[in-house]
Amino acid sequence: MSDWLTKLRTGLSRSSEKLGAGLGFVAATRLDDARLDQIEEALIGADLGVAVAGRVTTRLREERFGRDIDDAGVRAAVATEIAATLAPVAKPLAVTVFPRPQVILVVGVNGSGKTTTIAKLAHRFVEQDYTVMLAAGDTFRAAATAQLKIWGERAGVEVIAGPEGGDAAGLAFNAFEAARAKGTDVLIIDTAGRLQNKAGLMDELAKVRRVLKKLSITAPHDTVLVLDATTGQNALNQVEVFRDIAGVTGLVMTKLDGTARGGVLVAAAERFGLPIHAIGVGEGMGDLRSFDAAEFASALAGVPAKMNN
Amino acid sequence: MRSPALYYLERPRLFDSLSDRLSGVFDKLRGRGALTELDVRAAMREVRIALLEADVALPVVKTFIDDVTTRAIGHEVIRSVTPGQQVVKIVSDALVEMLGSEAVELNLGVTPPAVIMLVGLQGSGKTTTCAKIAKRLAEKQGKKVLMASLDVARPAAQEQLRILGEQTKVATLPIVPGQQPVEIAIRARQAAKLQGFDVLMLDTAGRLHVDDALMGEMQAVAREGAPNEILLVVDALTGQDAVNVATAFGSQVALTGVVLTRLDGDARGGAALSMRSVTGKPIKFAGTGEKLDALEAFDPQRVAGRILGMGDVVGLVERAAEVFEQEAAEKMAAKMAKGQFDMEDLRTQLGQMKKMGGLGAIANMIPGVAQAKKAMANGQVDDRILGRMEAVICSMTPKERGKPEIITAKRRIRIAKGAGTTVQEVNKVLKMHQEMAGAMKKLRKMGGMKGMAAMLGKMGGGPGMGGGGGMPDIQKMLGSGGMPPGFDKFKR
Ligand SMILES: Nc1nc2c(ncn2[C@@H]2O[C@H](COP(=O)(O)OP(=O)(O)OP(=O)(O)O)[C@@H](O)[C@H]2O)c(=O)[nH]1
Ligand SMILES: Nc1nc2c(ncn2[C@@H]2O[C@H](COP(=O)(O)OP(=O)(O)OP(=O)(O)O)[C@@H](O)[C@H]2O)c(=O)[nH]1
Ligand SMILES: [Mg+2]
Ligand SMILES: [Mg+2]
Repeated sequence: MSDWLTKLRTGLSRSSEKLGAGLGFVAATRLDDARLDQIEEALIGADLGVAVAGRVTTRLREERFGRDIDDAGVRAAVATEIAATLAPVAKPLAVTVFPRPQVILVVGVNGSGKTTTIAKLAHRFVEQDYTVMLAAGDTFRAAATAQLKIWGERAGVEVIAGPEGGDAAGLAFNAFEAARAKGTDVLIIDTAGRLQNKAGLMDELAKVRRVLKKLSITAPHDTVLVLDATTGQNALNQVEVFRDIAGVTGLVMTKLDGTARGGVLVAAAERFGLPIHAIGVGEGMGDLRSFDAAEFASALAGVPAKMNN
Repeated sequence: MRSPALYYLERPRLFDSLSDRLSGVFDKLRGRGALTELDVRAAMREVRIALLEADVALPVVKTFIDDVTTRAIGHEVIRSVTPGQQVVKIVSDALVEMLGSEAVELNLGVTPPAVIMLVGLQGSGKTTTCAKIAKRLAEKQGKKVLMASLDVARPAAQEQLRILGEQTKVATLPIVPGQQPVEIAIRARQAAKLQGFDVLMLDTAGRLHVDDALMGEMQAVAREGAPNEILLVVDALTGQDAVNVATAFGSQVALTGVVLTRLDGDARGGAALSMRSVTGKPIKFAGTGEKLDALEAFDPQRVAGRILGMGDVVGLVERAAEVFEQEAAEKMAAKMAKGQFDMEDLRTQLGQMKKMGGLGAIANMIPGVAQAKKAMANGQVDDRILGRMEAVICSMTPKERGKPEIITAKRRIRIAKGAGTTVQEVNKVLKMHQEMAGAMKKLRKMGGMKGMAAMLGKMGGGPGMGGGGGMPDIQKMLGSGGMPPGFDKFKR
């Protein structure tokens, strides 16, 4: 192994800190190129991507270059910049559709957290006194149906399931009919994880949509793309392709309880402007938060929680 | 009906490759001898961006750039390639070296049972990978394998592994509800020993590296299970967080290797470099699909090309060192990158083929057609054919060469006459050009090297809800019989 590797590994504990650690200044000092570079790097480390990190830093430079600013001030300024981009897309997932049910199709790449997010949404809607039904549209993955059924039990909602290997679109259709007959408020449809570059699998999603439209031309009323916060720049491809082929109308980002900061959402907001509904912060049913632009931006910029308004 | 998604996915996309970036940087420097420090530093700024866009973690990028900068300064630029291409080659070589030049096998040479434990973040692909490895060991190496799920957290996780066991015909440890991970590990070891299993696979629950309780549990399992292999399963889509994950898992258990999943996606895969450099452990397998045979040995060359996001510029540089004239090489590389390929290019190719006494560089550049050289040697394609083809192209007007679509039946007759041959022969040349251009376009639409890697990888569909996904078979795309596109038409 070349020795730069050894160097790297010993040095890593220092450089791999979260965003903000790189901005470690106590006293107010001039905002100069070196500090701006550090800020840019910290933003790249939070997955904002090179271009967006550059733009945020440039705006900061235009507004405050040469001024005295302390660590907290820099973080707050970064948070403000980012929040401005995110604020217009923060939109909770509301139950508004008449006639009922509101059909929510949940899509995304493998393992991003779709099924768990569905459990969380079901739980939240139940708490808001809506009636909820789930459809186990992942007929492919081993025990995907069993997993959703357990969540259904925990959330106290009915789960419509078919045989493993069955037709997802047919199941979605049946579930829609059942939910309509029962007057259920919300029907949430789970789907198998799929990578966006697999044409055949993406076509399947388009088919699920077509079949739902036979019952109501406006269905599915929401198509939620679940993104994993640990995903890097490929998340942008995911948003683009799922939007174009599966008609995604909004985003949820999961796994923000780790060290991943999910900065790619900032780029997604700039580029696609799709609503961001909620974030996942744990594996439990209660671990869903509405997406709050200011809060998210503060976390990204490493503003300590207590400094949040 | 043609798949709308496929149509969409093949739409033209911006070709944003490192070589494109570098050609900008080096435009003014064409034709110098050795790479100066100034040139190299300018180039490294672009390399840095390329790596970051490929999701290589920032600290890893920095160290890598320092290393490559040192290597590149003073490096001779091979005559007939541009300094930019030379830099790409140096970067790529360093990348391959870093990713690990040789494959490292699982260590099973212990008193049975050999224990393999899988760890990683939630949803990274541990359970699926567990079944894939078990299947491979059972089928390819005739091992008697037992799988046990220690995941008591995720709903139906143990059930998932049980079903995968059924599908792969690999034994799974009976589920005892309420048992905790460490207890399951102990029971699994005993069962494996008593029942004479060669290999025991321990699938664990997904956990965040910041979750002290779960990380502690993982350490306890590692103590009791006494694994010979602890594999960190990582999603190839992972971004900058890869560094944190690798550092944390690597410091808490004695990792022996990494498995990179979802390489069937279109991510640039920078996580491979981050993982490899932070853990220092070999990447032992690549997951390339949901299906249980979608597991491959990790191929550093392919992933390096993917991270750099470019066509086969590296190969081009290698070959150019032998024959190519600088001009033609540059033009060709640029055209390949853009997926353009007109009659002029075909003619250049034919000329090259004659000169090299073999297939042209372009044909070589298209993966899978190296064997076509054999066809040449066997006399299936010979110089006379090449000469006839050249004559056909010469008989076209410049406009026709640039835009072969305009060649109507009437024009074909004229061209055939001019070349002293038949219309059929003209048709063959046109067809050949079309197929080569098609192949080129396909490569470019799928993002150059990225696309090649995807095509060469297992293209098996995924969730089997009907339509099989997948891309066209490369062999079909490139023409039959190991010949470059269109060449089979000239076979006798
Ligand atoms: N820490 C954490 N884990 C999560 C979160 N959301 C989901 N998970 C975990 O991520 C893993 C995958 O979640 P699933 O909901 O099964 O993901 P999926 O997208 O349905 O997966 P497939 O159906 O296989 O494509 C599980 O272990 C979940 O517990 C979250 O917000 N935080
Ligand atoms: N496309 C693709 N999908 C994969 C690959 N490996 C696993 N998957 C899928 O990823 C999803 C999650 O896989 P699991 O094996 O359940 O992941 P896990 O790490 O065990 O998840 P937890 O136990 O919840 O932490 C499933 O939908 C798998 O089918 C791969 O190489 N390519
Ligand atoms: Mg699921
Ligand atoms: Mg699992």
